[in-house]
Amino acid sequence: MAIVAAGQPAPDFTLARFEAPPFTRADLEGHTTVLVFYPFAFSPVCTDQLSVYDELRDEFAVHDATLYGVSCDAIWSQRAFKDQLGVEIEQLSDFEPKGATCRAFGALHPGGFAQRALVLVGPEAIVRWSHQAESPGDLPGANLIFDALAGAV
Amino acid sequence: MRGPADAPLAIVYGDYECPFCAVLEAGLRTRALQVCFRHFPVRSSHPRAFAAACAAEAAAAQSAFWPMHDALFADQARLEDPHLWAHAQALGLDLERFEADRRSAAIAERVKAGFRSGVRAGVVSTPTLFIAGERWAGRPTPALWARLDE
Repeated sequence: MAIVAAGQPAPDFTLARFEAPPFTRADLEGHTTVLVFYPFAFSPVCTDQLSVYDELRDEFAVHDATLYGVSCDAIWSQRAFKDQLGVEIEQLSDFEPKGATCRAFGALHPGGFAQRALVLVGPEAIVRWSHQAESPGDLPGANLIFDALAGAV
Repeated sequence: MRGPADAPLAIVYGDYECPFCAVLEAGLRTRALQVCFRHFPVRSSHPRAFAAACAAEAAAAQSAFWPMHDALFADQARLEDPHLWAHAQALGLDLERFEADRRSAAIAERVKAGFRSGVRAGVVSTPTLFIAGERWAGRPTPALWARLDE
C-alpha cells in the first residue's frame, strides 16, 4: 500500500477527537494541514518525534500549517499520551472502524497500525507532499516538513 | 569543540537532562575524537534542558563551556537554579555576570540556533551523533561503539 501521492485530492475520512466533533475532510479546507501518522501512543520513538515537532509549533504557524497526530489508538490513550508528553499537537483517532483513514491515505501497516508517515495537505484539500518512513522506527525529521512547506520538494 | 585537531569529527546534538546523552558523552570522552556539542533541548520531555543549555553558554562567555558541560552531565538530576549557581561558583565564574548572561536574549538565541541547525540536519531525538556523514540517533548501541573504535 503506497502513501497517497502529491497532487491527489485527500480522500474522504473521519477521525475521532477528544471532546470535539469528528475531524473530517471538510476540516482540511481553508487550512494547511500536516497529518503526522505514527504507529502507537507511548512507544518511545513517537515520543521524541512529537516532542520535537511540538517545539517547532511557532515555526509551523509561520507557514500557517497545523500539525495533527494520527494513530489507531483510542482517544483516551491519545489523551493520556499527549498529557504525558506535555505537547499541544492535537491527536486524531483512527480507532473505529479501525485503520480506515490510515488505509484511505495509504498509511496502514499490515500489522494493523499506522505507518510512520507525513501528509501535507493544502487549503484545497489536495495533497501537496507525502512521506513514508522506510521503517516504523525511522523518524522523519521536521526538516522534511519545512522543505515541503517551502516547496523545495 | 574539543579533542585532538587531527581526530575524526563527531557532532553531537544533545541536552543535559537526557540520560542517553550522558551515556554517549561518557563513551566519547574515552575515545580520540574531536567533539562538537550542539544544544538540542526538547522542553516537553526535559523541562530543565533549556535552562541548562543556557547555563553552559553563559559559562562559555567566561571561557568555561566544557567545564560547565561536564559538571552538568555529571549531575543530571540536579539542574535547578541553585545547582547551576553552585556549578558556576565551583568553576570560579563571576556569578553576577553568569546570572545575567544565562537569562539574556543573546544566549537564548545561541541555544535556539543550535536547535534549529539540528532540525535542518534532520535531528528528531537525542542524542544524535554525526560522524563522517553517518547519523546515529538515540541510545548508544554496541554497534555505535564498534564503529567509533574502528
